[in-house]
Amino acid sequence: MKINRFMGAVAAVALSAGMASAEGEPIKIGVLHSLSGTMAISETTLKDTMLMLIEKQNAAGGVLGRPLEAVVVDPASDWPLFAEKARELLTVENVDVIFGSWTSVSRKSALPVLEELNGLMFYPVQYEGEESSKNVFYTGAAPNQQAIPATDYFLDELGIEKFALLGTDYVYPRTTNKILEQYLKDKGIAAEDIFVNYTPFGHSDWSKIVADVVALGADGKRVGVISTINGDANIGFYKELAAAGVSAEDIPVVAFSVGEEELSGLDTTNLVGHLAAWNYFQSADTEVNAEFVKEWKAFAGEERVTNDPMEAHYIGFNMWVNAVEAAGTTDVDAVRTAMYGQEFPNLTGGTAVMLPNHHLSKPVLIGEIQADGQFDIISQTEEVPGDAWTDFLPESAVLTSDWKDLGCGMYNTETETCVQLKSNY
Amino acid sequence: MDFIKRTPSLPAVLFLLFLFTLIVSVFSTGGGGDLISTSMVKTLGKTLCLCLAAIALDLVWGYCGILSLGHMAFFALGGYLIGMWLMFERTKNIVMEAATSQPLPLTPQELSDAIGNQIFGVVGGSDIPAIWFFADSLVVQLILVVAVPGLLALVFGWLAFRSRVTGVYLSILTQAMTLALSLYLFQNDSGLRGNNGLSGLQNIPGLGHVPQSILSLWFLWASALALGLGYLLASRIMDLKFGSVIRGIRDDEARLRFLGYEVEHYKLLVFTLTAVMAAIAGALYYPQAGIVNPAEMAPIASIYLAVWVAIGGRGRLYGAVIGAAAVSLASTWFTGGQAPDLPLGFYTIQWVDWWQVLLGLGFVLVTLFAPQGLAGLVDGIFRKGDSK
Amino acid sequence: MRIFRTCALLCVACLFMFLLPVASSAQDSMQALMQQYSKDIAKPSARTIGPVIEALSASGLPQTREMLRRWQDKEIYQNKDTGDFVFANEVDRDTLHVFDIDTGADQGEVADDPFSQIKPNAGVRRAIGAALVPFQLNDDSARIRADALTSIERASEPMHLEALRAAMQAQPDPDPALAARKERLERLLTIQYAETTEERVAAIESFAGSLDVSTRGALNPLLATKRQVAETLPEEANIAKELRIGRDLTHDEAYALLVGAGIATADISPAQVKEALLANIEGAAVGGVALHALNTDEARDRAYAALAAKGIVPTDVSEEGKQALLDGHVYFDAYTEADAAVTAAAVKTLKDIETKVMVGRLFDLTLDGLSLASIYFLAAIGLAITFGVMGVINMAHGEFIMMGAYTGYVVQQIIPDYTLSLIVALPLAFAVTFAAGVAMERLVIRWLYHRPLETLLATFGISIALQQLAKNIFGTQARPLTSPAWLDGAWVLNDVVSISYIRIAIFVLGMVFLGLLLFVLKKTRLGLEVRAVSQNPKMAASMGINPDRVNMLTFGLGSGIAGIAGVAIGLFAKVTSELGQDYIVESFMTVVIGGVGNVWGTLAGATVIGFAQKGIEWFNPSNTLAAQTYMILLVILFIQFRPRGIIALKGRAAGN
Repeated sequence: MKINRFMGAVAAVALSAGMASAEGEPIKIGVLHSLSGTMAISETTLKDTMLMLIEKQNAAGGVLGRPLEAVVVDPASDWPLFAEKARELLTVENVDVIFGSWTSVSRKSALPVLEELNGLMFYPVQYEGEESSKNVFYTGAAPNQQAIPATDYFLDELGIEKFALLGTDYVYPRTTNKILEQYLKDKGIAAEDIFVNYTPFGHSDWSKIVADVVALGADGKRVGVISTINGDANIGFYKELAAAGVSAEDIPVVAFSVGEEELSGLDTTNLVGHLAAWNYFQSADTEVNAEFVKEWKAFAGEERVTNDPMEAHYIGFNMWVNAVEAAGTTDVDAVRTAMYGQEFPNLTGGTAVMLPNHHLSKPVLIGEIQADGQFDIISQTEEVPGDAWTDFLPESAVLTSDWKDLGCGMYNTETETCVQLKSNY
Repeated sequence: MDFIKRTPSLPAVLFLLFLFTLIVSVFSTGGGGDLISTSMVKTLGKTLCLCLAAIALDLVWGYCGILSLGHMAFFALGGYLIGMWLMFERTKNIVMEAATSQPLPLTPQELSDAIGNQIFGVVGGSDIPAIWFFADSLVVQLILVVAVPGLLALVFGWLAFRSRVTGVYLSILTQAMTLALSLYLFQNDSGLRGNNGLSGLQNIPGLGHVPQSILSLWFLWASALALGLGYLLASRIMDLKFGSVIRGIRDDEARLRFLGYEVEHYKLLVFTLTAVMAAIAGALYYPQAGIVNPAEMAPIASIYLAVWVAIGGRGRLYGAVIGAAAVSLASTWFTGGQAPDLPLGFYTIQWVDWWQVLLGLGFVLVTLFAPQGLAGLVDGIFRKGDSK
Repeated sequence: MRIFRTCALLCVACLFMFLLPVASSAQDSMQALMQQYSKDIAKPSARTIGPVIEALSASGLPQTREMLRRWQDKEIYQNKDTGDFVFANEVDRDTLHVFDIDTGADQGEVADDPFSQIKPNAGVRRAIGAALVPFQLNDDSARIRADALTSIERASEPMHLEALRAAMQAQPDPDPALAARKERLERLLTIQYAETTEERVAAIESFAGSLDVSTRGALNPLLATKRQVAETLPEEANIAKELRIGRDLTHDEAYALLVGAGIATADISPAQVKEALLANIEGAAVGGVALHALNTDEARDRAYAALAAKGIVPTDVSEEGKQALLDGHVYFDAYTEADAAVTAAAVKTLKDIETKVMVGRLFDLTLDGLSLASIYFLAAIGLAITFGVMGVINMAHGEFIMMGAYTGYVVQQIIPDYTLSLIVALPLAFAVTFAAGVAMERLVIRWLYHRPLETLLATFGISIALQQLAKNIFGTQARPLTSPAWLDGAWVLNDVVSISYIRIAIFVLGMVFLGLLLFVLKKTRLGLEVRAVSQNPKMAASMGINPDRVNMLTFGLGSGIAGIAGVAIGLFAKVTSELGQDYIVESFMTVVIGGVGNVWGTLAGATVIGFAQKGIEWFNPSNTLAAQTYMILLVILFIQFRPRGIIALKGRAAGN
């Protein structure tokens, strides 16, 4: 496994050593993903993805006839370091664009710096929304592209009447659950039928919580779990679930943070039938996806899997390349303008479009876990446009984001004024 | 003057500190030099704050023999308390500005709702918790920067020293304290935005027109001033009889107690004083870092602080400064991706991956072979038997 | 014979198809019937599938059962070109083995290009399962009969009661377990669907004391209530409770009920006031109040009142009017179940059950606490030994746990049999960490015996180096460490009390090591020496004991147990480079609470910590994080009363 990362690193060195096809001053691309600390488990994969994409683009002649050069830094899962490293990338390394961050708090840490220095960042992970910065493109799912459709699936298809919202205690689960609670109440689910529990990062002792969830079924209502449990805490959770004999037919679990990567640390035979909602699964049956998976395995190793944030980077990177080609420059403002309306084929079929609110329109997929650690896609919607401000919270429902025409990321449609230009952080 | 004579290092350190700050200013982007970037200035400013925290730990550990593995809790707490004002005031300005374009002025309730929604929307709330009561007053928050960590240290120290918890036990207990505090703050309902912490602290309310390149210099000077004062204070304390008692406690606590000294009172005083020093350092650090969150007071942070002091050399104030500066800057450099890879032919050492290993092993070597740390090497004097 | 018959049938079928292509109607061909609902079958959704399944079941076609089963198993494909449905099995990624949907005739292996698999989701599969029940209840295979019962448990329908009764009447189930299950299900269904009150009440009462979730699941819905308001208590309603304002519900809640029932009009909210004011701005004032003065709620209310006086906006309800309305009505919770005898029986039975459930929960919590305690014991005992004997806190202890877990992972990569690999991994993990511990003691700790605080730091240096090294070798992804199949699942006493086998195994492991350690310390020469050194090293040395050797072996032993703990923890949690970090602080707490240098102390410490943590979780179920915070505070407070732990060493050894 180490060898693969090592090879990736060699590739990175080779990148900066000079290219055969593209010449001239290299275009620098900052990669701001944690390579150490708790988030390294997820983020190193994205760093490798970026290196692979850049290598491929260079082989294809670079951008604007110039080679691309990756500048990889390690913010070490330390949130303040994201601000520091972002500033370093923008002022010392003079990168033209940054691909990075995983957790919302790390993004919010880098935000003020990006806005101050007018940088450009592509953020590839599903998140809680309620934000639209001029300097960030959100290529992951907003709540209406993941959480809401999955909840609808629970309500309509599985007939769930009682919900357990389990999450890791941080902003994404908190905000998502807040939106979902409101949404469920609007759908006629009583407050006492929504059980919410938060656990710390890396939580491993799940026996009590799983028992609590099972006990929810005592009033004869059909129980479903919506999990925003993050990272490796999932492993203990699913192991306990399997040990308690909770079958997906009795209490289905739909997860928003569990993908192929997380399942690779698990034996999934006892989890068959539990669900995940994403915009991408490795099992998507299309030509481009087969190609992408093949390239990734060749680059990173046979046993490696692809996942949703990787697709987000894939789309984001290619859109950026096209926008730069269209603008004829890497200047941030020009590229941003060129980004609106950019289209690029999804790996799952259909076309992703960059909207003026800096979010993508992407299809929503729901998959059932299979014994081999992959997902069986049982539901795929049309492309859903990402919504920066949710429609289900009263204070956000009146807000909209449109950087193209309104030039504002937080526009109050009732009073028709721009609430503020800079983001909340 | 005797005091200066007895501590010859003091003027040298203060002069070097001044010179350093001056040179950085002249060559920085903000100073027109364009040689040192704004992010580097911020890093250096933050390093000075860390040095101050290291001095605090050196006082309590190197001089008094209490290995506190919880001083970063006070450091981060200082950051939180100043951060509350920074965040509240900045948000209030934003809300007020947005309100000017509205036909109706805001009622107090609406104002507070809007501010609450902006600050706490991220944790799914909109009520401003009671602990933010004074957040709109810079003066009160500044007092709290000193008072809250000081009080916490006082209460904790009183409980710990009273029951004669010493040595390794005490270290673990301080570690438990910082862990408990960080776990508490990690909760979303803690009233301090949980895992998000307080962010955007580099934007100082009312100073929005000052570019960060200049602001970073202001903070650099402020940090240098705090460090200088802290160093002076620490030297002075150690020069007093009080300092001798402190050292005596380190070397043989029981003997001092038999001599009639109220050992617990001395320890408590040093513990509280250094906690306040750490808090002030934190209050200067986090506006430069931009964000403070509970991870900042995770046990590991305090352990790193101890590592810096140990590598720099305990029982010497400049040792703490050297250690904190050298190791934290080296960490930044090695993990920043700037350090060139080291090809060994069969394997390429990437510092991002191997720096931690090197740091860990280096630390073991220093403990084994240079218990006095880097400063001990600088001294060229190896005092023996001074190793408790 | 059978083949012949099939062939003959096939021929006849072919003949029919050939001769009378028009005659195939919904009644005799599954294909035709399915084509009628083609769209709903091809993209099945739980919302639209009901009528389809109903039609299929009602068709009376003999193929229905097979079709439903295959559909449920995702074995039906649709030819996108012709729209025809077929049964098919996947041969490989591009090939399908196709069968006719009506006759089951083998149509050979074909490329899968024109076919798309029909994937009913779990909701649809459940509905299909429910429809399959009548076919399966008296099947020859016990597994299928069990499936049918499970289907009923998951989604019961009124028709199931009839089907179940019929099946039970036709023949008693040969399998006694299934027969009991059928009988129980019949009573459950009776509660829900039977006609007469007597039948239902009898069934309810038969469940007295049952702890099953499904029992409560059947009884609780009977007691669902609806909050209502009326001028007088209605005669016909099955009233659960009359509500009084101030005691059961607040003024505002009561008024909201009135508003909801359309009896009263809602208060004007501040937001509505603001909206009304905004809509009626005249110049720089509204309702006679200047705009800039409208920065308090009182001012806004004044302006609103002025507007209301002019009749521009609706008047707010007066407090007196509100009170009169509130006084003029009664508020009550009414059961949705109309039959009072049934609800009374359910209340009585449930009350009895709830008490038992409470006791069961407490017992379950005790098991959880024991399990957690045994994990902490395993993780901390090594630490306690080294601390007790050598006065050394090993900060790298967590990393030794991690090394053990990774050893387990590596062994599993080499030996694929989970049971065998576990048998190999446990001693190997011990050996690896024993060696690592001895090496560390010889190279580092030995030189620092007189400087305990520095040992703390040096071992911390080793800890960060080891952690990063693990990351460099194994990567940052969590690695699987899978328990053997016989440890899967849980020991289920009833639906309230259960504990997973893996936790029981860890508990047993903990007990084994407790016994082993006690044996080593109390009954062997090494144990004697260890105890001697831990009580007074100088005296021990003068009695001819080699403290160097004892220290080395003690450290190795402590580290070795950490390795074993690593395998155990990896089995029920995860294997990452940060695994050790998650347990190190709890281990410290355990040692501090329990007191050093004593196996019983560590046991006591682990028990206190494990139970405290679970106990706090019990009181605060929605926030596990807070539980940990409170636990640490408790530990800090505990130290106040017993600074040397629960079981403190006495005499000179207690000196430090």
